[in-house]
Amino acid sequence: MGRYILRRAAQGLFVLWAAFTIAFFVLYLLPSDPAALAAGAGGEVADVDPALLDDLRARYGLDRPVLVQYVDALGGAVRLDFGPSYQSGAPAASLVAAAVPQTLLLTGVALALAVVGGVVLAVASVLPRSRALRQVLSALPPLGVALPTFFIGLVLLQWLSFRAGLLPAIGNVGWQSLVLPAVTLAIPPGAQLAQVLSRSLRGTLGEPYVETARAKGAGRLRVQLGHALRNAAIPAFTMLGVMVGALLGGAVVTETVFSRVGLGRLTVQSVNAQDVPVVLAVVVLSALVFVVTTLVVDLLYPLLDPRIERASTPRTVAA
Amino acid sequence: MTSRTPGRRAVPLPSLAVLASGALLLGACSSGSGTGPDEGASASSDPVAGGDLRFAITVDSRCIDPQQVGNNDAIAVARQTVASLTAQDPDSGEIVPWLAESWEVSDDASSYTFHLRDDATYADGTPVDAESVKTNFDAIVALGATASLGSQYLVGYEGTTVTDAQTLTVDFAAPSAQFLQASSTFSLGLLSPASADLTPEERCAGDFVGSGPFSVQSYTQDQEIVLAKVPGYDWSSDADEHTGEAYLDTVTFPVIPESSVRSGSLASGQIDATAAIAAVDQPQFDGNGFWLEQRANPGVTYQLFPKESSPLASDEAVRVAISKGIDRQQIVDTVLTERSEPATAVLSHSTPLFEDLGDALAYDPDGAEQLLDDAGWVVGDDGIREKDGQRLSTTVTFWQDPAPLELVQQQLRQIGVDLQLQHVEIAESTAIKESGDFDFDYYNLTRSDPDVLRLIFSANARNINDRAAEEVDDLLDRSAAATDPAERGQLVTEASRLLVEHGHAIPVYELSTTIAASDRVHGLTFEGSSRLDFYGAWVQQS
Repeated sequence: MGRYILRRAAQGLFVLWAAFTIAFFVLYLLPSDPAALAAGAGGEVADVDPALLDDLRARYGLDRPVLVQYVDALGGAVRLDFGPSYQSGAPAASLVAAAVPQTLLLTGVALALAVVGGVVLAVASVLPRSRALRQVLSALPPLGVALPTFFIGLVLLQWLSFRAGLLPAIGNVGWQSLVLPAVTLAIPPGAQLAQVLSRSLRGTLGEPYVETARAKGAGRLRVQLGHALRNAAIPAFTMLGVMVGALLGGAVVTETVFSRVGLGRLTVQSVNAQDVPVVLAVVVLSALVFVVTTLVVDLLYPLLDPRIERASTPRTVAA
Repeated sequence: MTSRTPGRRAVPLPSLAVLASGALLLGACSSGSGTGPDEGASASSDPVAGGDLRFAITVDSRCIDPQQVGNNDAIAVARQTVASLTAQDPDSGEIVPWLAESWEVSDDASSYTFHLRDDATYADGTPVDAESVKTNFDAIVALGATASLGSQYLVGYEGTTVTDAQTLTVDFAAPSAQFLQASSTFSLGLLSPASADLTPEERCAGDFVGSGPFSVQSYTQDQEIVLAKVPGYDWSSDADEHTGEAYLDTVTFPVIPESSVRSGSLASGQIDATAAIAAVDQPQFDGNGFWLEQRANPGVTYQLFPKESSPLASDEAVRVAISKGIDRQQIVDTVLTERSEPATAVLSHSTPLFEDLGDALAYDPDGAEQLLDDAGWVVGDDGIREKDGQRLSTTVTFWQDPAPLELVQQQLRQIGVDLQLQHVEIAESTAIKESGDFDFDYYNLTRSDPDVLRLIFSANARNINDRAAEEVDDLLDRSAAATDPAERGQLVTEASRLLVEHGHAIPVYELSTTIAASDRVHGLTFEGSSRLDFYGAWVQQS
């Protein structure tokens, strides 16, 4: 177990390094001059004295060879020091850290909504005796997957905020402001979960042990929840890692549509302004979230289904 | 001719815009029946003090220090926090007293003496004295590139001499007639001496202490900025309509990046006003409990700037033909708002000393074709002209609103010119422009002084055309030293005419700013540079 985690941690570090390196060179290759951007601050500044720009480049160390910049940036990243933002001059790491709590709250609530909604919908789509009702319910998840987040967000805004005035359209203040963005963000991954889960539920219902349970007189609901769901959940559980990624990506759109502060907005703003230190900090954080999520999912498999054993676990222990 | 359907923009509404305007209609209806904002416009004449005004901006550019900002949204915030030496009357363009009661300008416009009023203070209570003005100007020069607008106004700055507590003299190495108007801008707005000791980053984050009617109460990144009125403010400018403190207790600037969400928020009363409603949504706010006010930004209009060191743009026939081939009125009629204006000179009509150039910018496709024919550009198989195997084709890279240029693209195709458009993010556009690999540049520049013309075009200044000095440069350079408005106006107009006639300038349309606000909002207006002014704004209490 200890060796397994060590090996996974080493793999995780490699992923972090690779994400950082690729992002660094992609950003370096982008056709833009961060110094000119910092001087113009995104406005209509026609003309900045080249000597002043050279000053700025020297201040940010942009006048050094790219490999020196890379080694320096990598060394800083290891110490969680990504340097000052080109836009505001504040440390990039603290800008990212300040944005994390709001995104964590949003994605956390959305994840909970997606899991609860997805499971309920999946179970509901195999439970009814009416074939027509089952078909209608089974058609909902593909619809949810197909709708773009942007569209869902604007429709919800139009009806519940602009028209009915029930919930605020913008901002981070109060639980009310969290409802629309969390629902918007939850729909696509929730629908995806429902799709996978209902398919595997249908498969599981044909398994011999379900027949046995039925033969013993268990009702539809008990068979579903007590026997089939646990085994059917394994493919859905695998999706958890992907879902966390989808939620982080979805936060970019959701936070923009709902004018919320968070990592997604920070990412959009920093990419547009090519604020390299902030973008690098975001990339490393996102990679870290992925690494940790997949590790946690892998560690939880055996708890869910004892038939799954870890490849690296010594046979003697497993047996 | 102007009624011709513009092909690509004929159906300009992407589905989101349709959706958004649907939302607006619904929102407007429901709010109309609720609080009855229609009574706002007539019921009010006496300003009411107090309350909060919510004014949406589109982006948080991470800095609200008046001496460093360059982005319109940030300027809307920063302008309120500082007073300047002078103010500019938005109607007459005249420079009037603010922190300075009077001033003298030397004959060659290289030395300015200001006499300060003696009762003004910074928000922390320190007096606005001559020494503090010197500290400000010295600090702006020291900030350099991060104070790019302010440093531009102070080019040639030799220093400030303090004569006594209320008197100071600013000296320049060369004539600088633009400085008087520059002293009215937010970029040269005054911060307390203590602010000069802060780092640029701390100031960007709003830690500075200003001299204006409002001060920064809170600044939450990407979310909102709140300004609070400064108690005891009693040094309004002669351009203002009232004296004493600002009416509003606070102004809140929520950041709303999505255009349709700004429209919906305004319609549903979640914000009170904004200057960022898309052209397609604006008719919804013309009445129905709302009002619109539009003002052209003074300065250089949106235009194509030929880079004449490139082979294509060095051909005067090509440049002039492009200018003649643009139907400016059609652009205004089809892709801009009702109140917009076509360019009628190199400068926009709200710039002081502006003169209409009349026929010089008339739409003349026949004349354009004639010019190109005479210059040997022959129409090829695909309708695009060619000469010596070179196609009359060029690419413009830009980040601004693409609709007007898309129409220009179609108009130029009629005369056999192929204008390719590359619409990119600001970051990429800045880089391409720095590389110098283009024939035509495209932008506008807001500046409420005609000197902006010299700054950009003179072969001895920015030299945007990248050309050798000629007749027009003499006129432009002389205008920098002319202190008599009549003489200066004549020089500027003559230079403007030459620039257009030789195709050094190809004006397209005037950028304008439109305030859209609920009828509850009164007195929110523009100052001389078309920046927003919240000092006289007040909100009807319901």
